[in-house]
Amino acid sequence: METIKAMTGDEIAAETIRQINPDVMAAYPITPQTEIVQIFSEFVANGLVDTEMVRVESEHSAMSACVGAASAGARAMTATSANGLALMWEIVYIAASLRLPIVMPVVNRALSGPINIHCDHSDSMGARDSGWIQLYSENCQEIYDNLIQAVRIAEDKSVLLPVMVTFDGFIISHGTERVKILEDEQVRKFIGKYNPRYPLLDIDNPVTYGPLDLFDYYFEHKRQQVEAMKNALDVIKKIGGEYTQLSGRSYELIEEFGSPDADLVVIAAGSTAGTVKGAIEELKEEGINAKLLKIRAFRPFPQDEIKQSLRKVAVVAVMDRSASFGAVGGPIFLEVRSALLDEERRIPVVNYIYGLGGRNIGIEDIKKVFQDLIQIRKTGKVKNLVNYLGVRE
Amino acid sequence: MKKITEIRWHGRAGQGAKTAALLLAGAALKEGKYIQGFPEYGPEREGAPMKAFTRISKSPILIHCDIVNPEAVVVLDSTLLEVANVTQGLGDEGILLVNTKSSPEEIRERLKFNKGKVFTVDATSISLKTLGRNLPNMPMLGALIKANPLIKLETLLSSVREKFEKKFSSKIAESNISAIEKAYEEVKLE
Repeated sequence: METIKAMTGDEIAAETIRQINPDVMAAYPITPQTEIVQIFSEFVANGLVDTEMVRVESEHSAMSACVGAASAGARAMTATSANGLALMWEIVYIAASLRLPIVMPVVNRALSGPINIHCDHSDSMGARDSGWIQLYSENCQEIYDNLIQAVRIAEDKSVLLPVMVTFDGFIISHGTERVKILEDEQVRKFIGKYNPRYPLLDIDNPVTYGPLDLFDYYFEHKRQQVEAMKNALDVIKKIGGEYTQLSGRSYELIEEFGSPDADLVVIAAGSTAGTVKGAIEELKEEGINAKLLKIRAFRPFPQDEIKQSLRKVAVVAVMDRSASFGAVGGPIFLEVRSALLDEERRIPVVNYIYGLGGRNIGIEDIKKVFQDLIQIRKTGKVKNLVNYLGVRE
Repeated sequence: MKKITEIRWHGRAGQGAKTAALLLAGAALKEGKYIQGFPEYGPEREGAPMKAFTRISKSPILIHCDIVNPEAVVVLDSTLLEVANVTQGLGDEGILLVNTKSSPEEIRERLKFNKGKVFTVDATSISLKTLGRNLPNMPMLGALIKANPLIKLETLLSSVREKFEKKFSSKIAESNISAIEKAYEEVKLE
């Protein structure tokens, strides 16, 4: 039986971790940490989980403790946000390179400076090449669903990679929404008992983690990492299918919303995908057919699904909630545009950088993007490849 | 597409606007509604003007943006009337509810606001009497659901009892409940 509750993003993330009941949770317990570990540490104190809670002195140490625990054979988790993720950077790469299936909620917030605590995606987008799988959540329900699936994806033997489950700071982390929660037993059965493949503590089968690996084998290890990430595409789909059986909610690499045959498309990730849906519903009433393509998995990048979805469309706008300084647009834009390059028919793709530092983005802003797309469809001309939505210039 | 009821809360940090916005959302959930409750955080310092938002709907709520055309605005502190643009986006049917000793007519005059409906309630006095301190958020919730029956009074009271008993004590829960009931009775429409 499911229960329905009103919970904030941070609350539901903590509740999901309680249901997952990891062996180890390592966290730096003050800002830039979020309420997730504060709430979870109450569960630990109240004896609701079997988790060993390690309170470390920095985010760098939090990820280091997770690396240690996961190498030893534990199911390890932590949570972070913004500058916290930036501080653990070095070990974020190491966790992926050592193929440790750590799961970590990341509350998407701006990186300083100037100092800003509000939502954008510059933290996790910066980590896009770190070797972590990245699942972007639109709302509180998706935090729950993605975190549960993340455990299975990370631990799949053809993957063995860490997973970040991201959600938008404040907008979702501090916003209360309706969430459906499965029973503890259902979740524990779905994720299963953890059987680490190569635990350090298995002294009968000794292994080494993180030795010197120079020009002799480093490249081969990286090549395998690339392959593991590629394998994750099918695994994410497979686990999504199994989770649908359990929950009735469907999960793919991408999500489409609106008229399937619409030729105007906006691509977004995170909470703004929901606002795009709202805009599309209003446009429908105004007689305009439009479609959203939501990026759920950004790493691995679902190139085939995106190409398939956009094959017949007229024009595409990609929304990026982070800037890639010096690049020709935001990170999602660059990848989408590159994915479409070898299509026979050239599809105009434009970029909108929006919402940096928590700048509000409303339905009207998104309708303006669709109006721009209508113009491009009509004239065939792209005035500005990269646009900045809602900024004063 | 006005299927969603949207409420904007104006308060000063520490007055409990966020708690009220989220509690109303949680109470509406008990009546089977889809909900959102969220604050607009600024630099967190007590007394600074802040906003919070509640959305209630019979169908799933997809959007994640600020509320610009609220159906009701609740002002927890009348000193904000000149500080924040409290009537912004209120439509012809909009409800403005203010915590003040003044009458609705006086508030209308003070704001030069000539649309919608104006309600007032002296939530500060009610709160001082029932809680022994100035925490106007719960009485304002009581006044709001009288001015705009978004949820049943009983649903609100049971949500408050549940939350406050868990977080504080049944004594604090009961005094908040009497604050809500008092404001529910005393709220004035012009």
